[in-house]
Amino acid sequence: MAVHTFESEHEATSTGLPNTKLAMWLFLASDCLLFGALISSYVLYRGSSLVGPYPEDVFDIPYTSVSSFVLLASSLTMVLALAAIQRAEIGRMRVWLLATALLGMTFVGGQVYEFTTFYREGLALSTNLFGTTFYVLTGFHGTHVGVGILMLLSLVSMSFTGRITPRDTMAVELVGLYWHFVDIVWIVIFTVVYLIPTGK
Amino acid sequence: MASVSVPAEGGRGGLLRRPTATTGFWSWITTVDHKRIGILYGITAFAFFLIGGIEALFIRLQLAQPNGTILSASTYNEFFTMHGVTMIFLVVMPLSAAFFNYFIPLQIGARDVAFPRLNAFTYWAFLAGGLFIYSGFFLGGAPNGGWFGYAPLSTVEPGNNMLFYALGLLMTGIASTASAMNLAVTIINMRAPGMTMFRMPVFMWMALVVQLLLAFALPIITVGLFQMLFDRRFGTHFFDPAAGGDPVLWQHMFWLFGHPEVYILVLPAMGIVSEVLPVFARKPLFGYQFVVFSGIAIGFIGFGVWAHHMFAVGLGPVANTAFGISTMIIAVPTGVKIFNWLGTLWKGDIRFTTPMLFSIAFIAQFVVGGLSGVTHAVVPADYQQTDTYYIVAHFHYVLFGGAIFGLFSGVYYWWPKVFGRMLDERIGKLNFWLMVIGFNLTFGPMHILGLQGMPRRIQTYPATLGLGVWNLVATIGAFIIATSVLIFLLNAIASFRRPKDATADPWDARTLEWSVSSPPPAYNFEEIPVVHSLDELWHRKYAEREGGVVVPVPAGGAGTEPTHGSGGGQEGHGPSGHGIHLPGQSYFPFVAALGLPLIGYGVIFHLWIAVAGVVVMLAGVYGWAIEPASE
Repeated sequence: MAVHTFESEHEATSTGLPNTKLAMWLFLASDCLLFGALISSYVLYRGSSLVGPYPEDVFDIPYTSVSSFVLLASSLTMVLALAAIQRAEIGRMRVWLLATALLGMTFVGGQVYEFTTFYREGLALSTNLFGTTFYVLTGFHGTHVGVGILMLLSLVSMSFTGRITPRDTMAVELVGLYWHFVDIVWIVIFTVVYLIPTGK
Repeated sequence: MASVSVPAEGGRGGLLRRPTATTGFWSWITTVDHKRIGILYGITAFAFFLIGGIEALFIRLQLAQPNGTILSASTYNEFFTMHGVTMIFLVVMPLSAAFFNYFIPLQIGARDVAFPRLNAFTYWAFLAGGLFIYSGFFLGGAPNGGWFGYAPLSTVEPGNNMLFYALGLLMTGIASTASAMNLAVTIINMRAPGMTMFRMPVFMWMALVVQLLLAFALPIITVGLFQMLFDRRFGTHFFDPAAGGDPVLWQHMFWLFGHPEVYILVLPAMGIVSEVLPVFARKPLFGYQFVVFSGIAIGFIGFGVWAHHMFAVGLGPVANTAFGISTMIIAVPTGVKIFNWLGTLWKGDIRFTTPMLFSIAFIAQFVVGGLSGVTHAVVPADYQQTDTYYIVAHFHYVLFGGAIFGLFSGVYYWWPKVFGRMLDERIGKLNFWLMVIGFNLTFGPMHILGLQGMPRRIQTYPATLGLGVWNLVATIGAFIIATSVLIFLLNAIASFRRPKDATADPWDARTLEWSVSSPPPAYNFEEIPVVHSLDELWHRKYAEREGGVVVPVPAGGAGTEPTHGSGGGQEGHGPSGHGIHLPGQSYFPFVAALGLPLIGYGVIFHLWIAVAGVVVMLAGVYGWAIEPASE
């Protein structure tokens, strides 16, 4: 997805920053407001559910900590992928991109498992305000991770058809920016949703 | 004209070959030229303007007399809702986008926007969203909960009406967000050599502020619309008091977006007026930096005043006082601008052309709307005014008397540049005077009606209230406005029946777009201009002798002549236009946008349609990503 924007990459720009990178930063800044609104909604309704299950009834902190660690580790492999293409090592870049995608898929898989477990324990989207705000917030984040995985896999397959060459470091860097952003947002969500007790 | 030949990289052609038609239907579907996209935005927005106007006429007919029977209550709800949604999201925003698209590259000295295909996508996504909302009329009911869609009315009323609202606005929101990224990057990153930020025309500054407002305000309404959608369709409880939810959350979400939105609507018009006044007063803009910084200040403060739409909700005296004060503060930079415009006119050598008249009316009417706005900032007064016609009068004075008049000024000012033909000045002035009279006759009396206590959004009223006279006056005014719009339409059509007569610089203007032919060639500038000052074109044409006397630079001076003769429009085949690399046309922005309404219908009717929509969209995105660059 991020690769559609190369048409003006090689031209000199007023700020010296490539257009694509500036656009990505602007998009991420805008996306901050999206998650800001979602997290605010969660915090506003924290402890306002009239019926259970409540967060402390369903959360399995050690389990989610592990999947959070998996997602954070994927930022490291993403950096290694960028370093590889900057040294023109396409093979190594593929390995690290695939590793990043795999870690991302592990995280999303963990989220799917977590959602089904919660659902079996009686927490649906419409059960109470906790279910409403929790599923929508973490679902939005999971969708962001999913889009990131799609972009990572696209980069890998395009590197086989010759559309990603050692010249295209910017494509990998842009996907990397997006990926790190999604990771950072998860740190906030994990802290606010899972770690701070609701007091009810 | 079908595709003539495959460009150099034809080896990779096949399905992904880029289209090359330069005329006809497909050339418009596949265009990535910012000028053509600007024209598409403009024509579409004007069509919606006519539709929204017809809805307004029905509303006025219904209210012309007590106990009106022209519209049923439920149709009335649909009409006033769609009038608001149309005028805000489908008229003023895209009409501003039309000017942004067309003139951002021309005013900063660039050949196109940063991401031409993304630009095409934003237009098609906007069109998809607009048609999607209107399709509600044929699929069981158009939105009927007000343009602000207050919960729980919007979430519990039966019918799919407000689903069309939520999904349609999500689509136009996607369009505006993508457009904001694209245009902001264009302005920041693609300025011609020497075009520093403080040598940019004020219109460019206002364009930049608007893009940033869009980038930071739209995500909030996006979340709000998703919450509304989930409440309606998937049984969540965001705005459901029975489950502990709070409808006021929607109001916060909506107005956190909605107030910056007000400035998204009016700042483009302010930028246009700041271009038009100096040209026809033959003076530089008075206090350029003040106008620019006031615009930036309005952008910032615009995020801190949203709760003045909610004084009557019961947020408490502390919150109401704080937002009352911030609302009064935002009047200051607005007032600064008014004085700068007056200072520009002061002792100017004024030419009362049609664009100038519209700009002057903008100032007068915006002041009226601004003053009634300050009365809303006084909380106890606002309790009395909330939900009355006084509010309707206020926002029509800023959005019609302000934004629409400013945009009409831009239409008359830039028409010769875009189409190579002048609009008739006599018909233009008739258009102007009828619109001024009609506008004030319609919305002036609404101040009185509001203070007499006539509530908004009522379908009818009894004769005993004594509201009939002013309502009749307002209805007469509305039909005068309609007449003036028809006269504009005639003027536009008449201009196309004449040969191209516009020179490159018919108004003796000051900015770079007037240095190229009318209409500009596909590549805009044969050579990228080098900029030395604010009002670059003016300084190429005129020099200042000692003592402040302005004298024309002798003909043949640097850059005096346009790079092409008038009546150009050779569309990229100019004598020396060869070798200029232009972005290739593409089918895929259209395909990607086509997926959006399918996803929308899928959410309402059947999830399989949504799956098809996702497939279409992904096909568009991947075709976009891997189609060859045309070299």
